Amino acid sequence: MPNALPQLPVLRLGKPYFSLERRTLTDVRTGAPVAEMSQAIPGLVSRDLGRAAERRRILDAIPVAQLIEICHRAGELFGTGELPLFPGSDVRFGPDDYLQHLTATTGMPLALGRANLDKIVHVMTGIEGVLDGLTRGLDLSVLDGGWGEQHGRKLSYQRLTDDLGAILPNNSPGVHNLWIPAFPLKVPLVLRPGSSEPWSPYRIVSAFLEAGAPPEAFSLYPGAHSLVPPILVGTGRSMFFGDASTVAGWRGTGKVQVHGPGWSKVILGPDVASDNWRQHVPMLADSVARNGGRSCINCSGVWAASDGQTASARAIGEAMARELLSLEARALDHPEAGLAAFPDPEVARAISDLVDSHLATPGAVDLSMEARIAAGKSPSRVAEAGGCTFLLPTVIHAEDPDHPLVACEFIFPFVTVVDCPTEVLFEQIGETLIGSVVSDDEEFLRRALDCRHIDRLNLGAMATYRISWDQPHEGNLFDHLYQQRAFQLAS
Amino acid sequence: MPMTETQSTPAATLQDPELQRRADAAREQLDAHVRQIVAWHFHPDTGCPFWLEKSQEFDFDPLQDIRGFDDLKLFGHFQDEWLRGGPVRRWLPKGLEGEPVYVFETGGTTGIPKSRINCHDFEVDYEQFADTLDDQTFPRGSDWLMLGPTGPRRLRLAIEHLAQYRGGISFHVDLDPRWVTGLVKAQRWDELEAYKEHVTGQALKILRAHEIRCIFTTPKLLEHLASKIDLVKYGISGIFCGGTEMNADFHRFAREELVPGADFRPVYGNTLMGLARAKPFDPAEGDYTISYYAPAPRAMFEIVDPDDLDQTVGYGETGRVLLTTLTREFFMPRFAERDEGERALPTLDTPWDGVSNLRLFSRFAKKVAVGVY
Repeated sequence: MPNALPQLPVLRLGKPYFSLERRTLTDVRTGAPVAEMSQAIPGLVSRDLGRAAERRRILDAIPVAQLIEICHRAGELFGTGELPLFPGSDVRFGPDDYLQHLTATTGMPLALGRANLDKIVHVMTGIEGVLDGLTRGLDLSVLDGGWGEQHGRKLSYQRLTDDLGAILPNNSPGVHNLWIPAFPLKVPLVLRPGSSEPWSPYRIVSAFLEAGAPPEAFSLYPGAHSLVPPILVGTGRSMFFGDASTVAGWRGTGKVQVHGPGWSKVILGPDVASDNWRQHVPMLADSVARNGGRSCINCSGVWAASDGQTASARAIGEAMARELLSLEARALDHPEAGLAAFPDPEVARAISDLVDSHLATPGAVDLSMEARIAAGKSPSRVAEAGGCTFLLPTVIHAEDPDHPLVACEFIFPFVTVVDCPTEVLFEQIGETLIGSVVSDDEEFLRRALDCRHIDRLNLGAMATYRISWDQPHEGNLFDHLYQQRAFQLAS
Repeated sequence: MPMTETQSTPAATLQDPELQRRADAAREQLDAHVRQIVAWHFHPDTGCPFWLEKSQEFDFDPLQDIRGFDDLKLFGHFQDEWLRGGPVRRWLPKGLEGEPVYVFETGGTTGIPKSRINCHDFEVDYEQFADTLDDQTFPRGSDWLMLGPTGPRRLRLAIEHLAQYRGGISFHVDLDPRWVTGLVKAQRWDELEAYKEHVTGQALKILRAHEIRCIFTTPKLLEHLASKIDLVKYGISGIFCGGTEMNADFHRFAREELVPGADFRPVYGNTLMGLARAKPFDPAEGDYTISYYAPAPRAMFEIVDPDDLDQTVGYGETGRVLLTTLTREFFMPRFAERDEGERALPTLDTPWDGVSNLRLFSRFAKKVAVGVY
């Protein structure tokens, strides 16, 4: 029976499989159905994973150089091509169709979607640089033969898995750049797309297949949360994107690379925090709000080192709040839209309520609300525009690093600014995916370099979202998939 | 108290005259059965202490006012919390004193499990179901493997009784579902896998050492077992499988990929009700929807509006499942299950309402995602 809505099937080793139960994806603006997505059941995944070695052998037979070529072509196709929605589909999506559907089901503005598209194209077409960073300059032909020589030394790498599983998020298409390098590294992919953002993984896979990749290298299993255990347990190595409570049980397993909240921060040294911070306010605000504040690399904390006598966090926060006033709720197709809508307005209100409930703990104030009132705007954090619900940028000043809001991170531009004594700052900051440390104080920078809480360390006035793809963070994919082994050849 | 006015008989909506006739007959039988069971449970000589005591709170007389199934609304809704804790003998009808009594539990991963006493109900329920099995695929006299929850659960004894009733012997593997639930809650995935391997490994030994033709298991264990061996090549011709995670997609998956060629029979059972069988699969139709029918008149499903549990939804509409158990051993009027599904039309074999696409009740609280990816 013909169905006007685009259909997204399960892809089992590249072959479409239409389930009986399907999830209807709707437009966040109107509630109108946009597409139907098949729903895999856990048993289906487990059964297919039994064929992992078969899939791996297919990729094994293709030299890395050829896989890189495929990746280049796929990147160009992803950016500009009219691609089938899935292998064999009569429905073809160009980049604009992709962006329209992305916006419709996730609430991400078109402008932000376009920026993410560009980011994916950049990584796919420049994959050598990414691989170079991941492998620290390894001659990748070593992976073809199992061993090789570089700098006069024999090298051998052992692949640790037959596949890479990934539980993918809805928040931002740019995160897909983290699993894409697995393909040229000869590792087949087993992906569970996000419930409202299947568009990017399906388009990436479609681009790969159109570019000549073997279909068996890609499996896509849309479906319920019950798919998570079979994928993470059943694949030799995996990535899990999710909120703090969701990923908690999978930390420390070794097999699963967890991508939870980033708690990324800008840390201002005592020299900057005392009197030199004003020039950095645009960078601070941008770190918080770029990409709608939806990424783990967005800043959710500004820590100002203090000598115990002066306190500048409130003034810094007030300046940031004023800077972020211009970021308003706008229709998703507005060229200057910078905030993403919440697909479920109740979630936006619940998050706002949660912030308010934490504000009831003494010692914190919502500086953005004060700034909105001072500017004659509505004080409400929840805003409506273009039929959608948004949360406006929120800068909190906390008097104490122990205030509950200091440890909070949400999926909108939210940041807490806090003073902390220099002596204890790097012990107290907690997990920090990106730490941008702004200071000329050599002793302070030395402490930053020694700090074990910071994953990616940016020294200097650098926005947290500014990342170089040849500097992997939150775990190195190559190290996740391969390990070097001792190797000798009888002469 | 007068009889309630709302009649939920499906008779008026059925097109097939024969089905209509059977539905009417089933309804009459149900109403008569209700009167007998209520008379049993609320007569001082035969009723159980719980209901006799409870009846003091009623503003109606069960013996006078309950004339049929629809009158059970007067009881309100059974609360399963009443089954937690003791003394368990308050549930034993005086009319059954002297009978051997089993106690079966449900829940209990945390807190006190719910307990239900049982004398012969499990035997009757499974005998009735056994009579619906195909002698070709579940051959009489053939032996069984029961790979499902054991311990203080009804299944262990019920499957064994079913096998014996059909002239067979049942092999068992220990499986503690509370341990499994605990592992899932604690996200101890490696241990969960190890336990699954432990259980499946024992099952494989039995299958290799004995001539087993029929299996009862859960969907997850069936998947795992089928990933190890080709069950059909091992001689398995009949499988019945229970669990609410079983949906039409699993049904199709089982028939097409896990055990193609075997007779796959989905069932829905629980300690409080008995065993509901599914409408037989017709390969010509290719409809994998699973529709369950309670073993009327001993138990009944009603599919009702979640906001008004007295209002039955229309056929094909979604509603919450109300479960009523009507045996001499247990009276459970209109318990609101944790499940939902679509109200299914009666069939010629089961001329009363069923439920399709049974699944967990979907009204969950909105979750606030704290932290991004």
